[in-house]
Amino acid sequence: MLEIKDLHVSIEDEDKPILKGLNLTIPKDEVHAIMGPNGAGKSTLSAVIAGKDGYEVTSGSITYEGKDLLEMEVEERAQAGILMGFQYPVEIPGVKNIYLLRAALNAKREAEGKGEIPAPEFMKLIKEKSAFMKMDSAFLQRAVNEGFSGGEKKRNEILQMLVLEPKLALLDEIDSGLDIDAMKIVAKGVNSLRSEERSIMIVTHYQRLLDYITPDHVHVLVDGRIAHSGDANLALELEKRGYDWVTEEAEA
Amino acid sequence: MSDTAIRRDAPQGVATKAALGHFDEAFKAQTGAALTELRQQGFDAFAAHGLPSIREEAWKYTDVRAIGKTNFALATSLHSANLDELQLDLDAYRLVFVDGVFDAERSSFDDLPEGVSLGTLSQRSELPQQFGSQLAASAGPFTALNQAFAGEGVYLEVARNVELEKPVYVLFVSSAGDQPWMSHPRVLISLADNASATLVEHFVAEQGAANFTNLVTEGTLAHGARLDHYKLNEASEQDLHVANLKVEQQGDSLFKQHNLTLGGRLVRNDIDTELNGEGGHTEYHGLFFVNGRSHVDNHTVVNHNVARTFSNENYKGILNDRGRGVFNGRVYIKQDAQQVRGYQNNANLLLSDRAEVDTKPELEIYADDVLCSHGASTGQLDEDAVFALRARGIADEHARALLTLAFAGEVLESTAIAAVAQRVERRVAGMLPDRFDLEGLVDISA
Ligand SMILES: Nc1ncnc2c1ncn2[C@@H]1O[C@H](COP(=O)(O)OP(=O)(O)O)[C@@H](O)[C@H]1O
Ligand SMILES: [Mg+2]
Repeated sequence: MLEIKDLHVSIEDEDKPILKGLNLTIPKDEVHAIMGPNGAGKSTLSAVIAGKDGYEVTSGSITYEGKDLLEMEVEERAQAGILMGFQYPVEIPGVKNIYLLRAALNAKREAEGKGEIPAPEFMKLIKEKSAFMKMDSAFLQRAVNEGFSGGEKKRNEILQMLVLEPKLALLDEIDSGLDIDAMKIVAKGVNSLRSEERSIMIVTHYQRLLDYITPDHVHVLVDGRIAHSGDANLALELEKRGYDWVTEEAEA
Repeated sequence: MSDTAIRRDAPQGVATKAALGHFDEAFKAQTGAALTELRQQGFDAFAAHGLPSIREEAWKYTDVRAIGKTNFALATSLHSANLDELQLDLDAYRLVFVDGVFDAERSSFDDLPEGVSLGTLSQRSELPQQFGSQLAASAGPFTALNQAFAGEGVYLEVARNVELEKPVYVLFVSSAGDQPWMSHPRVLISLADNASATLVEHFVAEQGAANFTNLVTEGTLAHGARLDHYKLNEASEQDLHVANLKVEQQGDSLFKQHNLTLGGRLVRNDIDTELNGEGGHTEYHGLFFVNGRSHVDNHTVVNHNVARTFSNENYKGILNDRGRGVFNGRVYIKQDAQQVRGYQNNANLLLSDRAEVDTKPELEIYADDVLCSHGASTGQLDEDAVFALRARGIADEHARALLTLAFAGEVLESTAIAAVAQRVERRVAGMLPDRFDLEGLVDISA
C-alpha cells in the first residue's frame, strides 16, 4: 500500500536534514508502530506523507497504491484515503465540526465519482459515529476543536477517521495528553478502524498505547532512519531497555 | 475626525465648479414648488463646500471625484425592476423605492399597531420636525446635498411604550437603464420613551446598474427606547453609495446598528451616535467585503457625552482582488463623563496581496474613570487551519471559503433576523474567488 524508499527530507529554508535515507513498507491490512526518541523525525515522516508544507524531499520516493505520492496535492492524498491524525489538532474558530465532516466526506465521494451524501443519511452516520466515540452530539455544532480539552480534540480526530474511513491512517502521538479513560476510547476507535482494507501507522513515543492497540510491526526511528524493526514484542523491549541500545546498534 | 462635520480647514465660501460636479445643473432642473426654501438651504451649504477632497483628513483615503464626473438625473417616474431575486423574504412592513421613487404597488405596511406611524415623506403634507436637524448640527456636504434634493424617504414614529414587533423593511432598488440616476432618500426614525422597533434598509441593484445613492438617516431614541437598525448594502459593482446615519440617544436607550456592506463600486458610510443620557448603550456591528476594484470606507463615531454610557463596536473587513477598505472608528468621551465603557475592535482579512485596508481607531478620552479598549488586526487566513481542512480532503479553495465564512460568522451572530444573516452568508459565499456552494452546508446547520 505504502512504500517509502531511501527518503531524505530537510526543513525548507534551513537545509537541515531530518530524514536521512528512510525505508518503510506498509502493506494492506497491517498496523505499524513507529517509535523512537524525541526529535528522531517521527512527526516529520507523517507530515511528509500527508503533504504538509515546509519540508523538502531532497531524494527518495514514496509510492502509494502504485502512484507517486509526492506528486499529489494535500487534498488529493486525503481523498485517496490517507488521513493524518494530528498530534496537535488545530482549532478552527467559526467552522462547525459538522461542516468540516460534511465537506470532507463529500469531497471524498466526489473524488470517487459518487454523489453528495443525502443529509438524513449523513446525520445518521455522524450521530452513530460520535456516540461510538462517546462524544455528545452538541460537539458537532461546535467550532472544530475550539475550546475542546486535549482528550476531546483527540477523540474528534478519530471521529473524523471513522466518518471518512481512510485506507491509510497516520496517527501521530494520538495518545499524548490523554488520561487512561480517554486513551481507551481512542484505542477503541482506532481498533474499530482495523480491517482488511486498511492500514494504520501509529507514531508513539511510549509503549503504553500499544497495550490497547497491538501492532503487527514495530519500527524504531533513530536519527532519520529506521534503525530496527520487529514485532509487538519489540515495543515491550524498548519499554524496558530504552532507545539507547538501538542507537548504539545502529551506529555500530 | 467625524466625517460629517465640516472641518474648519476645509475650503470656505463657494466651492470650485468641479467640486460641485453636475449637481448645480441638476438642482436648477429640479421641479416642484414644495420645499424650495429647505432645498435651497441644503444646496447653499453644499455649494459652500463642494464634494470633499482627499486633502481633508476625513476623506484622505476616499476619493469621491467619480461622483462629480457623472451627470446623474433625478428619476421622475417609477422605473420597472424585477425584485424577485433581490428582496428579502421577510414578514415585515415593506416600503419599496426604485431609484428613489416610491413603488406603492409593491409596498405594504397596513395594519400598523396603534401608536405607530409609518409612511413616505412625499405622502406627508409637512415634513417631520426632525428633518434638517442634521444640517443644523454642522453636517457634511453629502447631507447638505441630500437636503438640496429633499422630498422622498421614510418616516417611522413609535409612541411611548409601544413595541413594534415586525421589522420595517425599506428596500432601495438601483435599476439598470441607459441613464445614470441619483437618489437622495431620507429616513427619519423617532422612538418615544420605551418604544422599540427594528428597521432594515436594504440596498439592492439590477445587474449593470450604475447609479448614485446619497442616503441620510436620522434617529432619535428617547428614554429607554430600543432600535435595531440594519443597513444591508448589495449595491451593484458600478453603484456609488454614500450614507450618513446620525442617532441621538437618551438615557437607558439601546441602539444596535448592523452595517453590512457587500456591494458598491464606491461606498462611504458615516455613522455617528450621540449618547446623551446615562445608561445609553450603543452597539456597532460591521462587516464589509470588498472585491474587484471597489472601495468601502466606514467612518464611525460614538460620542459619550454623559457618564455611565456604554458602547461596543466590532467591525470585520474582507478584502479581495484590488479591493480597498477603510475603517475609522472614533470613540469620544467627554470631560466628566465618568464610568463610561467603550470597546472597539476591527479585524481585517486580506485574501489577495493587492488588496489594501487602512484602519484607524481614534480614542479621545477626557474623563479619568473609564474603561476603554480597542484593537485592530489585519492578516491572512490561518495556513495551519487551511492545511487541517485540506488534510481531510477539502479542496484548497473550498477550505479558504469555509474559513472566510467563519471569519464573517461572528458578525452574523449578532443578527437577529435570520433572513438577513442567511442573505449575507450566501452573498459572502458568492463573492468568494471560487464561487462557493453553500447549499449543502446550510441545510445541516440548524
Ligand atoms: N519546522 C521545523 N523547523 C525547524 N526544525 C524542525 C521543524 N520541524 C521539525 N524540526 C526538527 O526536526 C527534528 C525532528 O522533529 P520531529 O519530526 O518533530 O521529531 P519527533 O516527532 O520524532 O519527535 C527535530 O530536531 C526538530 O527540532
Ligand atoms: Mg513528534
